[in-house]
Amino acid sequence: MPLLPPRWRLVLLLLLLLSLPIAAGLAWLLLTGAFDRVHGLLPVKPPDLRNWRFLWEAIGGRPPAIVPLVNSLIFASVVAAVELVVCSMAAYAISRMSFPGRRIYLGLVLVLHAFPAVSLIIAIFYILRLLGLFDTLAGVILVKASLELPLGIWLMKGFFDNLSWDMEMAALVDGMSRYRLFWKIAMPLVRPGLLALGTFALLSAWGEFILPFTLIVSGRSWTMAIYLQTFLGEAFTDFGMIAAVGLFYAMPVVALFLLGQRYLLNIYGGGVKG
Amino acid sequence: MIGRGSIGGGGGFGRGRDSPSPSERYAAPVVFLLPATILIVLFFMLPVVTTIGLSMTDISTLTFRQPKWVGLENYRDLLGDPSVGRIMVNTARYVVFTLLFNVGMGLMLALLSTSIPARYGNQFRAVWLLPRILPAVVYVLIWQGLTREAPFGLVSDVTGISRNWITAAPWSTIILANGLVGASFGMLIFTSAIRAIPQELFYASAVDGATTLQTMRRVVLPLLRWPILFVTAYQTLSLLTSFEYILLLTGGGPGFYTTTVWALHAYNLALSNYFGNVQFGLGAAMAAVLVVIGIVVSLLYLRVFNFRALVSEPKVEVN
Repeated sequence: MPLLPPRWRLVLLLLLLLSLPIAAGLAWLLLTGAFDRVHGLLPVKPPDLRNWRFLWEAIGGRPPAIVPLVNSLIFASVVAAVELVVCSMAAYAISRMSFPGRRIYLGLVLVLHAFPAVSLIIAIFYILRLLGLFDTLAGVILVKASLELPLGIWLMKGFFDNLSWDMEMAALVDGMSRYRLFWKIAMPLVRPGLLALGTFALLSAWGEFILPFTLIVSGRSWTMAIYLQTFLGEAFTDFGMIAAVGLFYAMPVVALFLLGQRYLLNIYGGGVKG
Repeated sequence: MIGRGSIGGGGGFGRGRDSPSPSERYAAPVVFLLPATILIVLFFMLPVVTTIGLSMTDISTLTFRQPKWVGLENYRDLLGDPSVGRIMVNTARYVVFTLLFNVGMGLMLALLSTSIPARYGNQFRAVWLLPRILPAVVYVLIWQGLTREAPFGLVSDVTGISRNWITAAPWSTIILANGLVGASFGMLIFTSAIRAIPQELFYASAVDGATTLQTMRRVVLPLLRWPILFVTAYQTLSLLTSFEYILLLTGGGPGFYTTTVWALHAYNLALSNYFGNVQFGLGAAMAAVLVVIGIVVSLLYLRVFNFRALVSEPKVEVN
C-alpha cells in the first residue's frame, strides 16, 4: 500500500466528487419512487403511495407484478443452485483427480472464461427452439447457468486447490467413496467459495436482462427485468411508478450486496463483464 | 501439488489391492465432469457451430422451417451493405472511448482509494461496484430519469439547458453509462496490483524525497503496466460484443443507425421484429464474425497473459 499522503483528506474529497453521479442516481431512484413529483432531486409534492399501485393492480395488460417477481425468484435461485453444484463437481475433478485430457479441459475452461458468450445468443435462440425449451423459464435457467460455468469452475478450482490433502487422504484410505468424500468433506470446507459464487450467481441472474428478453415471450414467464423494461419505452411515462418498480426490483440486490460484499469484491475482480 | 492423481478410483490405494482398472479409475472423473461437460457442449460448443452453420443459410422468418444453403452469400451481402461501414465506425468509437474511460477512471479510482485510510478506500470501492451490481434495466431507468427535460431531469436542471440528453447527446450518454459500470473492473484489478507492491519501495521513494505524485508516476505506474494491458485487452473483447446498455438506452438510434454497433445490429437483424422479416442468417453471419474474433482473441490471451496470476487466484500450481 502507498504511504498515506499528507493531504489525504483532499484525496477523499476528490473521491467524493467523483462518486457524486452514483449517489445522485440512487437518490433519484429513491425519491422519485417515493414522492408524487420530483424536480431533479427535489420533491415538490408529498409522498405518494399511488406510485406503488403496481403491487395490487395489473398495469395496462401486463401480468400482475407477483408473476414476474416469483419468476425472478425461481430464476435466480435455481440458476445459483445449478451453478454451485455443477461448478463444484467439475472443479473438484479438475483439482483433485488425474485423468487424460485434464490440462486440455482446464485450458478450455480458461478460454471460455475470456470468450464473450453473448455473441452466441442468436444460435442459442435457435437451439432452444429445437430443444422445445424456447419461451420457458427452464430454458433460460439452463442457458444462464451454462454461460457462467467457466467462471464458476475456475473460482471453485482455486478453493479446492487450497484445501489440504490430508483429510481426504485419510478418508480415502478408510474406504470412503469419492462421492461421499466430495459431499461430506470437501464441500463443507469450501464454504467461503460457495458463498462467493452463490452470491455472485444470485445477483447476476436477478439482474439478467438480455437472455430472458430474447428467450421468453409469454407474460406468464416474464422476469422482473422484462416487466420493468416494458415500462421504459412508453410514450406517457409515469416515472413515479416506474421508479417504484425499479426500487422494488433493486432492493434485494442492495440487501444481498451489503450481506455478501466481502465475498464479492474478489469475484468481480475476476472479470465477468466489461 | 501433493499426491495429485496418486489416488484414482474408489479408494483402491492403501487397501492393499492392485492398482484399479482403467474403467474404475476414470469412472469418478467422468461422473464429476459430466454435467458441466453436457452444458458446455450444449450452450458453448454447439452454438459456435450453429452460428457458423446458420450464417451460410438464407434462414429468415419466411424460411425458418426449410432454410436453404447459400454458402458465403450473407458475407458478400455484408460487404456490399452501405450501412456496414457506418456500423464499423460506430463500433470502433464505442470500444475506444469506453475503454479510455474505463481504464483511465479505473486507474484513478485505484490510485486515489489506496491513498486514503483503508476503511474509507474500501467503502468507495464498494460504492463503485453498485452500478455493476444493479440490474441493467434499473440502471438504465436511472439514466433516463436523470437525463429528462427540465424541470424533471437533474442534468437539465444543473446545466440550465432543458433537453432529453439521451437524444441530444447519445454517444456521451452511452460511453458514460458503460464507463461507470466498466471502471470498477479496472479499479479492482489495479487495487490488488497496487497492494502487492512491496512496502519498502514506498519507504525508499519517501526517503529519496519523492512527492506523492512523483511516487505514483515513477514507482506505481510502471509496475501497473501488465495489469493495465490485461484490463485493456480483456475489456476490448467484451466491449466489442456487448450491446445491452445501448439496446436499452437508445436502441441504436436516435434516427438511422446513429449508435448502432456491430453486436447490436447482429442482434436486431436476427432477433427483433424491427425490420419485419427477421433475417436470421444475415444476423448469424455478423455474429459469426464476433464469435471467430472471440475464439482467436481468447486463445491469444491464454498464451500472452499469465491468466493464473491476473484473472484470479488458484494458489496451487496446475502442474
